Amino acid sequence: MNDAIKGIRLVTRREFIRNTGLAGGGLILAAHFSGCSTDQELPGGDFAPNVYVNLLESGDVEIVCHRSEMGQGIRTSVLQVIADEMEADWDRVKLLQATGDAKYGDQNTDGSTSIRKQFDLLRNAGAVARHMLVLAAAEVWGVPASECIGQNHAVHHAASGRSLGYGELAGQAATLSLPEKVEFKSPEDYRYIGKPMDTVDGMAFTVGSAAFGIDTVLPGMLYASIERCPVVGGTLVSVDDTATRAIAGVVDVIQLGDGTSPPVFNPLGGVAVLASNTWSAQKGREALNIKWDLGANASYDSDAYREQLESSVHNEGSVVLSRGDVDAALSGAAKTLEATYYAPHLSQAPMEPPAAVARINADGTCEVWACTQDPQTAQGVVAGALGIEPAQVTINVTLLGGAFGRKSKPDFIAEAALLAKKAGKPVKVTWTREDDIRHGYFHSVSAQYLRGSIDADGKVTAWHQRTAFPSINSTFGPSDGPGGGELGLGCIDNPYAIENMKIESCKAAAHVRIGWLRSVSNVYHAFAASSFADELAHLAGRDAKDFLLELIGPDRHVNPADSGAEYDNYGHDIAEHPIDTARLKGVLAEAAKMADWGRTLPAGHGLGIAVHRSFLGYVATAAEVSVSDTGELKVEELWTAVDAGTVVNPDRVRAQMEGAGIFGMSLAMHGQITAKAGAIVQGNFNSYRVIRMSEAPKAINVHIIPSQAKPCGVGEPGVPPVAPAICNAIFAATGKRVRELPLRNVKLA
Amino acid sequence: MTIDININGKALTLDADPDMPLLWAIRDLAGMTGTKFGCGKALCGACTVHVDGQPVLSCAYPVSAAAGKAVTTIEGLSADGNHPVQVAWRELNVPQCGYCQPGQIMAAVALLDKNPTPTDEDIDNAMSGNICRCGTYTRIRAAIHKAAGVKS
Repeated sequence: MNDAIKGIRLVTRREFIRNTGLAGGGLILAAHFSGCSTDQELPGGDFAPNVYVNLLESGDVEIVCHRSEMGQGIRTSVLQVIADEMEADWDRVKLLQATGDAKYGDQNTDGSTSIRKQFDLLRNAGAVARHMLVLAAAEVWGVPASECIGQNHAVHHAASGRSLGYGELAGQAATLSLPEKVEFKSPEDYRYIGKPMDTVDGMAFTVGSAAFGIDTVLPGMLYASIERCPVVGGTLVSVDDTATRAIAGVVDVIQLGDGTSPPVFNPLGGVAVLASNTWSAQKGREALNIKWDLGANASYDSDAYREQLESSVHNEGSVVLSRGDVDAALSGAAKTLEATYYAPHLSQAPMEPPAAVARINADGTCEVWACTQDPQTAQGVVAGALGIEPAQVTINVTLLGGAFGRKSKPDFIAEAALLAKKAGKPVKVTWTREDDIRHGYFHSVSAQYLRGSIDADGKVTAWHQRTAFPSINSTFGPSDGPGGGELGLGCIDNPYAIENMKIESCKAAAHVRIGWLRSVSNVYHAFAASSFADELAHLAGRDAKDFLLELIGPDRHVNPADSGAEYDNYGHDIAEHPIDTARLKGVLAEAAKMADWGRTLPAGHGLGIAVHRSFLGYVATAAEVSVSDTGELKVEELWTAVDAGTVVNPDRVRAQMEGAGIFGMSLAMHGQITAKAGAIVQGNFNSYRVIRMSEAPKAINVHIIPSQAKPCGVGEPGVPPVAPAICNAIFAATGKRVRELPLRNVKLA
Repeated sequence: MTIDININGKALTLDADPDMPLLWAIRDLAGMTGTKFGCGKALCGACTVHVDGQPVLSCAYPVSAAAGKAVTTIEGLSADGNHPVQVAWRELNVPQCGYCQPGQIMAAVALLDKNPTPTDEDIDNAMSGNICRCGTYTRIRAAIHKAAGVKS
């Protein structure tokens, strides 16, 4: 019997067993597997070697994405890595979104961690499948596994010319025990990793079928809108809901109690209006008559607080990094400079506001649909709120309409769960934009004081930095200032080759909920440090880019621990992911080259540059700005060079850098959250402004440094250099030094 | 009150408060969730739909004003997702999180209907009501130019 006939026989058997009735499919299979050859009946069945991969006997592959998609393209990237190592056919893989479940390991989609921490885990998930399919084929053919390879959805034995499709081998592979160790593919054999694969959700995004948290609809569901105390820590005194209950569509008014201290991830409390549609709930909410006790934070005024912060950094703090003798160097210096930088609170303001749907089932379990970055934490918080076990809570992860750190905090999900329990019906909670802007977990307001000196040759001899900002730790417990982790975000990891350096952390209390926003403390630390480096260049009378390259100094690995700092390097071993000055200078030089640094610019134009390492990734951005005679600022163009090590999807890395340019521009030019009498002043996109199309630069040029180094973070590292690059460009254009954000508060003419 | 409205070629009778924004009538009453809520104050463009061919910010447009008119949402823009603007959006991988993109696409279609070959300035003027927090603006510009070169 020749091979082709055996192949056809096999397909016929499959068709019989599965009774598919798909004649066309059978023909395709027959053609596809015409090379297979065995007299052995293969066992049917699916093959799921791990929680991420399920090979169906049809040959289709289900791949589970356990990370949350919020625009970074992770659903596409996860598929690329697993399918590549598995040698699966791109057209035969289907993506499933994981629920929150500890069996998937770390699902907290935060800190630019998905690829930098899980690249090998994902590769392993695919490689184990390929490896076991090869073993299965070798067993069937009675040949050594070393003579077989898994390639393009089939296992091949070159010596005999035989092949078996992955689907054919699924049942056999499922009988094998898991291997101790598997080999990864060589990078030169990558099929999808490193390729600009189209976004898997591209069609859904463009036809309106992409389902976000806010889009979940359950039968019998009520729609809730919640009035919360304008001041964090305030409590409800009384509520009159007479007018509310008279509004058509309003079904119920439910008190949610008060928030907790510390706030953690718990709901803020308040009064919820439940209705048959969102509009009625919102109208009913407006008609509530509530008296609050505003509590201790009602005295919070962000203008007064700024003075406190600036005073804090003009006094000694705790020394968190020290080498040499800063005071001696400053007193003996040719020239010295000091500056104070300020940046306000910010709101993440994702386009999809926080939204979640919850249902309590008859058996007391809870099922949730939510736009969450961290489904396992959401599971725990919902369970805690309901007084049930985490295992009794199912978190379905929808697409996230932006997140930027806001959707790591599941307070809004717990609100939906509590209301569903109290209402006895499924409930959707939709935050209004005002809710989102006013009741967020805010990016810290910060002040920094810098002192520096240069010698007669223009070399920097001392760097003294003090930083103060209310810590994220304050959201979880008592805290009077910056925490250790936050100081490692662009402050104590300073890469400059300066003999005398001292960094201090100064006190700052929190009066709002503090949370993380894309790039976190790197935003203000890079603003101050990269601006001050530019100031020192000017003091030395040097070209800013050349000066910065020299300031970073010789090729070496910087370890803050050598200067007494406690540095956690984003949770990675610093030997594996060093602070590599060569890579820092590499992106700096590249961005300068892209921007044609040194060229003659039109009057009123200036070029500025900044470079920063964060989340292990290296990014430099050059900005060209123009400032009109009346002080009108325009960011004309951005050039960004990124070294993120191994890149899974270059188009998504490019997109992240483009997006980081706009995100960085938003916070540089417009972003500010202020407070009066404890309440947030801003409320919507007219008062909390973000960049619009008319302000977008004519181009955001991105270059990815080719690298086979371990992958670094991508989602966040693009943001920090943007604001200082723009401010340095303003100085180049006008001679005006900017030491506070946002720029809309600064007169440039 | 009951309001007769045509959404994506389908005649519907909705029982709605006449002041209810068209956005919520589309999403909560008609059950079509492609049109997005972003601000509720006509500030972000996520809710952009067409009413009798004109772009409208549905979060600030009472459903009663759309009575007897033809509303087109992202779901009704094309039968198979192949309107030149949708195709251009996919070819340039414009969306990141995707949330604002239905509004962006509806605004872009309205622009091209009126001005088949817009300049960058035309695009900036027409599209500045649509916020994208992910920052896809430069790709949106490119995608509109690309779609402008394709006949519908």
